Amino acid sequence: MKIKGPTVLVSNESTSALLTELVAHLRQNRTQLREEWARRITESQLLTAMTKEEIFAEATSVYDNYVAVLETGAVEALQAYARDLSERIIPRGVETHEVVGIVLLLRDVLARSLFKKYQSDFALLNRVLDAYEPAANRIANTVAVGFVQERERIIRQQQEAIRELSTPVLQVRERLLILPIIGVIDPQRARQVTEQLLRGIRSNRAKVVVIDITGVPAVDATVANHLVQTVDASRLMGATVIVTGLSAEIAQTLVTIGVDLSKMKTIGDLQGGIEEAERLLGYKVILEATETQGAAKPPTTV
Amino acid sequence: MRVPILKQGDYLIASIQSALTDADLVQLRDDLAEMAGRYRARGIIIDVTALDVMDSFAVRTLRAITHILRMRGARTVIVGIQPEVAFAMVQLGLTLGDTMTALDLEEGLALLNRRREPR
Repeated sequence: MKIKGPTVLVSNESTSALLTELVAHLRQNRTQLREEWARRITESQLLTAMTKEEIFAEATSVYDNYVAVLETGAVEALQAYARDLSERIIPRGVETHEVVGIVLLLRDVLARSLFKKYQSDFALLNRVLDAYEPAANRIANTVAVGFVQERERIIRQQQEAIRELSTPVLQVRERLLILPIIGVIDPQRARQVTEQLLRGIRSNRAKVVVIDITGVPAVDATVANHLVQTVDASRLMGATVIVTGLSAEIAQTLVTIGVDLSKMKTIGDLQGGIEEAERLLGYKVILEATETQGAAKPPTTV
Repeated sequence: MRVPILKQGDYLIASIQSALTDADLVQLRDDLAEMAGRYRARGIIIDVTALDVMDSFAVRTLRAITHILRMRGARTVIVGIQPEVAFAMVQLGLTLGDTMTALDLEEGLALLNRRREPR
């Protein structure tokens, strides 16, 4: 069921009259209820990432927003506030359950105070709650959704950023490419890596490619198979692939899950891989004779 | 369309110009098998640069051509497989086995020349 705004909730006059009364009551007891709420938040160990003063300051503005929504039934301002609040507190490590928790606490605190005020007249209390509950639920909903949306936006943004930096294909010698892979490989990224590599092979006219997976923390069957596919596809384009940087753990995993790496050339580290690649391409690296003893120059490729 | 086959020294070059039907592929296979003997070719290059699709029949036929020509005394190199085609092939599990491959015609010729040197 879709919850409508309190002003259009029930067409009868009594509901909006009740809400007006309710808002007046909440405004009157603002200081006391706000303190009660802040106390309950601390007690429940929510928002531990924030200081007491910060909690109190936020509590005040949330409280005012809350009452304003109850009064007007318009959630737009609250939505904007929730987004803004989320933007500020997500980087501090505030969790979803905490945000939902504090809003529900406020709802409870206010409900308690209503119980207290109307305890003598059960019928009236019932009607007050009829007016209060839908509005309060809608507010809780708005805040929670706002928080989660903000969170998802941040995640999307970061995924985008990671994707952009993830796959450089570098030429280190004429016809020799290296492809360092760092971080977890998911199927989407794996596909992207392969596509870039194949395009790189064509545009650089590469004959040998060194794929270095030192920076890959773990390899599962999917990733391993993808590596095999990448190697096969590169071979179809006439390039030899050397895989380097297989750690002891990864090597063991691959043997255990039974991936067939027999068609793959593997070498321990990136240095060895590049040396082997140079050999395949016919390069010969010699250490230039030192003119003065002891001052060795770095090796030069001829 | 029949695939033109050019003779270049000891080599035969089959340059595929457009998408091929299954019949064209079979024709290519028969032509190459026959010409390899007639011209005493040592190496064959099949240029597939123009192909943007490679189905299982095409891959199987190319593999068959390689095997047939090996028995006729010639080495075969497939050149010019496009990146997208290469990726699609491995995803579909279509492999050329131990067939030699090279980036383009030039590389293919270099590969064949290198193979001959030790003899």
